[in-house]
Amino acid sequence: MAEPVIELRGIVNQFGSHRVHDNLDLDVHRGEVLGVVGGSGTGKSVLLRTIAGLRPPQGGSIRIFGQDALNCPESTRRAIDMRMGVMFQDGALFSSLTVRENVEVPLRNLGGLAAGMRRELADLKIAMSGLPYFAGDKYPSELSGGMRKRAGLARALALDPEIVFLDEPTAGLDPIGASAFDELIKALSDTLGLTVFLVTHDLDTLHATCDRIAVLAEKRVMYTGTMQDMLHIEHPWVHEYFHGPRARAAIETLERNA
Amino acid sequence: MKETALSSQDTSLPDPRAAESAQIEATPQGAALAGALTVRSLPGILPQLEQLDDADLQLDLSALEQIDTAGAYALLRLRKRLGAQGHALSFTDVRPDHDALIARVAQSLPKPDAPEAPARDLMESFAWLGKKVVELGRFMGDLHGMLGLFLARLVTVIRRPSEFRLTALVHHCDQVGLKAVPIVALMGFLIGIVLAFQGSVQLRQFGAEIFVVDLIAISILRELGILLTAIIVAGRTASSYTAAIGSMKMREEIDAMRTLAIDPALALFVPRILALLIVLPILGMVASLTGLIGGALMSWIELGISPGMFVSRLLDDTSLDHVLVGFVKAPVFALIIGVIGCHAGMQVGGNAESLGSQTSSAVVRAIFMVIVVNALFSVFFAIMGI
Repeated sequence: MAEPVIELRGIVNQFGSHRVHDNLDLDVHRGEVLGVVGGSGTGKSVLLRTIAGLRPPQGGSIRIFGQDALNCPESTRRAIDMRMGVMFQDGALFSSLTVRENVEVPLRNLGGLAAGMRRELADLKIAMSGLPYFAGDKYPSELSGGMRKRAGLARALALDPEIVFLDEPTAGLDPIGASAFDELIKALSDTLGLTVFLVTHDLDTLHATCDRIAVLAEKRVMYTGTMQDMLHIEHPWVHEYFHGPRARAAIETLERNA
Repeated sequence: MKETALSSQDTSLPDPRAAESAQIEATPQGAALAGALTVRSLPGILPQLEQLDDADLQLDLSALEQIDTAGAYALLRLRKRLGAQGHALSFTDVRPDHDALIARVAQSLPKPDAPEAPARDLMESFAWLGKKVVELGRFMGDLHGMLGLFLARLVTVIRRPSEFRLTALVHHCDQVGLKAVPIVALMGFLIGIVLAFQGSVQLRQFGAEIFVVDLIAISILRELGILLTAIIVAGRTASSYTAAIGSMKMREEIDAMRTLAIDPALALFVPRILALLIVLPILGMVASLTGLIGGALMSWIELGISPGMFVSRLLDDTSLDHVLVGFVKAPVFALIIGVIGCHAGMQVGGNAESLGSQTSSAVVRAIFMVIVVNALFSVFFAIMGI
């Protein structure tokens, strides 16, 4: 198995007196697509924000690329951040910039690239995210939800990060758009060697893209394993999740297509 | 150049800006790339790639340790440029994972649409001007529509008082009126002081110091008190109306109200504009009063006109017409500010950008319209001889 790029040990996250994570451990391995599932309020997004450095945890340690990501100089954290990309739920694009300018922001931040090359690279990322060329000139408010998500992905991929965090990538998309997005994630992770940390509710996405699934329950990561492993877990919530009517439908679809 | 090996398995953290680099060396077959060809090393290597020109080239990639999409794009760009010159670029000894990446990038190269030729001739300028004029006309029409809507809903409220939202009206009166009292009072006071001071300097030359009372009374009661109050309220309230209604519009709350059979005009516009109609005359009165107090104070200090003399002169010589002329304008200004604020709020689209631009343009329009209408009033009263 590939070495872990993210190692979480004993993570504690607390809002007031409400503990969301208690002693949570999780490893993410290089090159895999890890899907994180859990009921509402189990802190999936909080976990993502904790790893991405947006929310310091109240306890525990985070190692990213083998480096301590919590107790480190700011320059180290910055270097880590530049090797990670985050796609937020609704894209979180800068509304005053066009899509192309949005993708150019991290490139500009890196410095050194000429304007022409930056523009061409931004166009490349937009095309790789499956957006048509003209979308680059549009403002985020002129795009549909699915296109905004793709544009958010293009910006997250601008610096060729090694890890991408996707927060509910298929939420709010129509089934065709959602499965196209699944394929995009799979294709990008295969060819670019991306490590993907994916928070989702979408069983089809879990089936189609994830190498491994981590189930958040009872304030920690209860189980990790492949989709097949998940089907044999007896825990009532996990069983309900992977054997409910929607799960059966997703499996059937997958088997029909296989 | 220092070579920094950064294989994909290497987990050491280099400085993101400087550490990665790529080298190109001439070989008997062509050239060889080594190092890491990534978005970080690209600025360093790109000039050297640009120099490769006018020859068939074999690029040996066996020593290349890392490549990302930006690097792959740079290679494909080089191939395209050489291809345009009639030469071929081939990559040799490519690692399979690098090859897959280059293939993936080649497959998803953007296909630029043909750029539209931006022809700007005379006709287009005319068309632009015409469009602006039509837009202006439509905008004025919209404002009148908003005014009409407000009046119609006001009638509805009078006929069916149960639909009126008294709580909202009181809330807005508090927000727009009571909370504006300190700034309006201070402004009036300072204007009174300035008028008295400047007036005394000028009038003293003629020995006509006592007329400073008339100067202050007429200018404040007739014009400045209500005009400056309206300008402050336009800045304070038109923006807050636009921001409040606009953010509701942005989050589809207004649409939600409509689907719940709540009339946005009745629930949002009527209490807001009515609150302005009630409080703007009061605020104008506060400003005029503090203006007179400031003027009296300064006259006393500067010219020795005692407060008692100031008051008797004020009551004897100043006709009530000036007060009426001043306060008849207040409801008109209130309507202008309220209608422009609410209208701009309804124009907000789906993004925060339009909220900001509508808010600032609401303030500008409201102040501008207040000043224009004030000028029209002045002309009107002059013609009428009041």
